[in-house]
Amino acid sequence: MFVTMSFIKVCRDLAMLTMLVSMLGVLNGCATAGNLANPKDPIEGFNRAMFAFNDSVDKAVVKPVAQGYVAAVPATLRIGVSNFFGNINDVFVAVNNLLQGKVPEALSDMGRVAINSTVGLLGLIDVASDAGLEKHDEDFGQTFGRWGVADGPYVVLPILGPRTLRDAFAQVLDTKTDPISQLSRVPSRNTLLASRGISERADYLSTDKIVDEAALDRYAYIRDAYLQRRRSKIYDGNAPREVDDGAQFDLGLRYVLLQRPGTDADLATASLEAAPGVAAGQPAPAASEERQ
Amino acid sequence: MKLIYLLLAGLTLLLPAVADAQKSSADVAPDQLVKNVTNEVLEIIRTDKDIQSGNSKRVIDLVEAKVLPHFNFTHMTQLAMARDWRVATPAQQKTLTDEFRTLLVRTYSKALTEYKNQTIEFKPFSMKAGETEVKVRTQVIQSGAKPIPLDYFLEKQPQGWKVFDIEVGGISLVTNYRESFAGEVRKSGIDGLIGSLQTKNRGTEKP
Repeated sequence: MFVTMSFIKVCRDLAMLTMLVSMLGVLNGCATAGNLANPKDPIEGFNRAMFAFNDSVDKAVVKPVAQGYVAAVPATLRIGVSNFFGNINDVFVAVNNLLQGKVPEALSDMGRVAINSTVGLLGLIDVASDAGLEKHDEDFGQTFGRWGVADGPYVVLPILGPRTLRDAFAQVLDTKTDPISQLSRVPSRNTLLASRGISERADYLSTDKIVDEAALDRYAYIRDAYLQRRRSKIYDGNAPREVDDGAQFDLGLRYVLLQRPGTDADLATASLEAAPGVAAGQPAPAASEERQ
Repeated sequence: MKLIYLLLAGLTLLLPAVADAQKSSADVAPDQLVKNVTNEVLEIIRTDKDIQSGNSKRVIDLVEAKVLPHFNFTHMTQLAMARDWRVATPAQQKTLTDEFRTLLVRTYSKALTEYKNQTIEFKPFSMKAGETEVKVRTQVIQSGAKPIPLDYFLEKQPQGWKVFDIEVGGISLVTNYRESFAGEVRKSGIDGLIGSLQTKNRGTEKP
């Protein structure tokens, strides 16, 4: 019964999201007619507005709270908090590794949960990492990517921030299967969700300064970093390099030698045939770059 | 006769030593190069009181002296410019490379000032004979957080191995600029992009 109910809810959420995004697409198409649009970011007008909104919420509330948290709470305790949420997340990572057919990784994740929940005092200490069981990073968006679902356009969601359309859909499942979001007692659930959010935000405080230093256009910099990061995660860190013809033309022979008829993506794969993941015969997951 | 054998044996033993002495920095293997530079820079940052108290000028000097000689900025700029590189005149290419270099140096220096007590772990490296492009993988280890992969892409040049891209957690510090650069060029041409880079660099020059 519960399963059917949540399934119906998922379907409803997905339908709403599709409608919302297609509406925005139409609106935006009218607003930015012309060929200036970035193919990965067709609703840039909306996204920029949402990015500005999220930024102002961050500046007004989230960032100050995260800074206060870092100032008030000793590092050891903060690490404990981060480990605690990480341990809960490992259950979900295990499920996603299983869905992607990565059985050894899934077993390792389950081992992590078993060790950290007991010896690691309910997850506060990440004993498993010290014992050599590495923490993985998986979610439904990556699982769908592995299965061959293309990322689709870039979307900035309110509060949640950057997503690809595929990951925005997957987010609904992520939330449905997240143990903390499932807690029935609302105050405890919200407290835990907020604490997790702040703990995660605190980890990115120093990144902010670097992005400010680096970016010509903060919106575009964060967008492109997000897209690259997602792509890399789907390939578990072994994404083929994207080579662009600007370099191929100017760098001479070695690019010419690698050149074969086809797209940039073909070239990228060709130049990295010896890349560890590819060479090991892992299934090549789909990424939008491969399909354009 | 015996003497000649001995002499020959001695010579063969001697030869590698002579060859070693003649090796310049051009012969340093790419993984060793990354290791040497990383260790040297981190050692200086750990011990330099000025840098620890946030003297960004000193960090930039350090980067200029120790890190930059191992980077190929022209290649980096080409990668960031992609198709637009060929549209630019040689003079524009030179200005773009200089400005992009300044921007990357400032960013890299900023990242170094955020350095706390992380350690760098060097992943096992192997390369085939004759390879001219390699990836050297490292990881930034910090207590209580997932390690961050930090990968260097190097190409073989007559003067030795040169870095032409750095990826942090799968994000290339170079190609991440592609869309922004292409956007600027579409909007206001190559000179428009040069202008934006100059404004950005002048703006961040303030301490």
